[in-house]
Amino acid sequence: MGLQCKHMLGLQDISVQDIEKVLDTAKPMKDIIGRKIKKVPTLRGRSVVTVFYENSTRTRMSFDLAAKYLSADTVGLSASSSSVQKGESLIDTARTVEAMGADVVVLRHPASGSAELLAKTVNCAVINAGDGLHEHPTQALLDMFTIREHKGKIKGLKVAIIGDILHSRVARSNIWGLTKMGAEVRVAGPATLLPPEMDKLGVKVFTRVEDALEGADVVNVLRIQLERQKQGLFPSLREYAQLYGINKERIALAKADVLVMHPGPMNRGIEITAEVADSQQAVINEQVNNGVAVRMALLYLLTGGETVETTY
Amino acid sequence: MKVGKEKAQILDANGIRRALTRIAHEIIERNKGIENVALVGIRRRGVPLADRLARRIKEIEGTEVPVGILDITLYRDDLTTLAHQPVVHQTIVDFPVTGKIIVLVDDVLFTGRTIRAALDAIMDLGRPQTIQLMVLVDRGHRELPIRADFVGKNVPTSKRELVSVRVKEIDNEDSVVIMEKPE
Repeated sequence: MGLQCKHMLGLQDISVQDIEKVLDTAKPMKDIIGRKIKKVPTLRGRSVVTVFYENSTRTRMSFDLAAKYLSADTVGLSASSSSVQKGESLIDTARTVEAMGADVVVLRHPASGSAELLAKTVNCAVINAGDGLHEHPTQALLDMFTIREHKGKIKGLKVAIIGDILHSRVARSNIWGLTKMGAEVRVAGPATLLPPEMDKLGVKVFTRVEDALEGADVVNVLRIQLERQKQGLFPSLREYAQLYGINKERIALAKADVLVMHPGPMNRGIEITAEVADSQQAVINEQVNNGVAVRMALLYLLTGGETVETTY
Repeated sequence: MKVGKEKAQILDANGIRRALTRIAHEIIERNKGIENVALVGIRRRGVPLADRLARRIKEIEGTEVPVGILDITLYRDDLTTLAHQPVVHQTIVDFPVTGKIIVLVDDVLFTGRTIRAALDAIMDLGRPQTIQLMVLVDRGHRELPIRADFVGKNVPTSKRELVSVRVKEIDNEDSVVIMEKPE
């Protein structure tokens, strides 16, 4: 069976069954990435278009490789070098892409809700690769996959998300996904970087990072988005590092077998020290590897078939 | 899934046991021993059959042959025409296939498309010296030029029939029956 949802727009409205299906399917996909010949013919003849209105290295490359490992044809469209510069709207761009025969469109866009708008416009499957401050579902799915792989479960785990929650779509998708799967989610960061009414999402909110780390099974450290800090939401990077940076002493408050995660790219010495980032507990590179597997699973599940019975 | 009426039993538990014992001897005979031989069961029912064959071979030769599990879902050529997307399982072949004599094991040989997919899947894991095919039942109606090296039973069937192989490990009984295809 495929997914109940036709698109992957976010984890807020998706069912637990769908999340589990993606995580289960990602496991055999990961085996393929570990092989000498990293290619299966599953999506031969299908095309995946990545439309990125924001810069990204790892997400785009990850989708591109995921599609290629499944034998799909891929093409990338960057807003900076396309007709978007001539004033073409997102909808017109998407219709053009669809008219060229795309089966899946992967969209990253600075506006929240853009992926949903696109999904209403086109018939092909849409995957949200990050829309504004809203959601980044594939990152949250790969985080959940990594957690499940190491801990064997998600339910009942204490997951601390530390840092700039306000600007983080990764945090939002993680909160929706993890709480849905039965984890206890804690968030901590400067009060100015915590959105109001956070507790209504079913998470525990802390302004002292130590409180959030106490007994945690997983710590997900968010990137301080230097490009968004011009509004002076905290006094200085140095002060942030002192009060909220995840260092060896702070990580000792969590469980001994804590998993340290980071969606990357890291600002070493600001939100996380190099010592913690390179420690045995850190699974940051593994997250990147798992990202390809999860995206392969999604591409496979969203391009499911429709009609007659098989003759196998 | 709708199940049709059972028409006839082709093999019972003893029949399956005898067929597997004979095939174990044939595999040893054909390959002049079992050095370099590995069995790979195709999910789902090829897997318990491969395990049983490996046990028989050990009883005869006193040596264990490696057994792998092959999931061919990602190698199917009919994703676009399926009513429901097949569930992907793990392929577990934890020995190098390069240079090995691989015996693919499946329950029923029908159109040959599963085997074609399995051949692709094995080739992606390495370069075997030879690939041989063992099936418990060959029911005919091939759509590809594929034939089995070891066959438990040849059963001429009509396309309106289904061949159902039941194994203890999955279905709690050992039997092969011909069913009428549900309307």
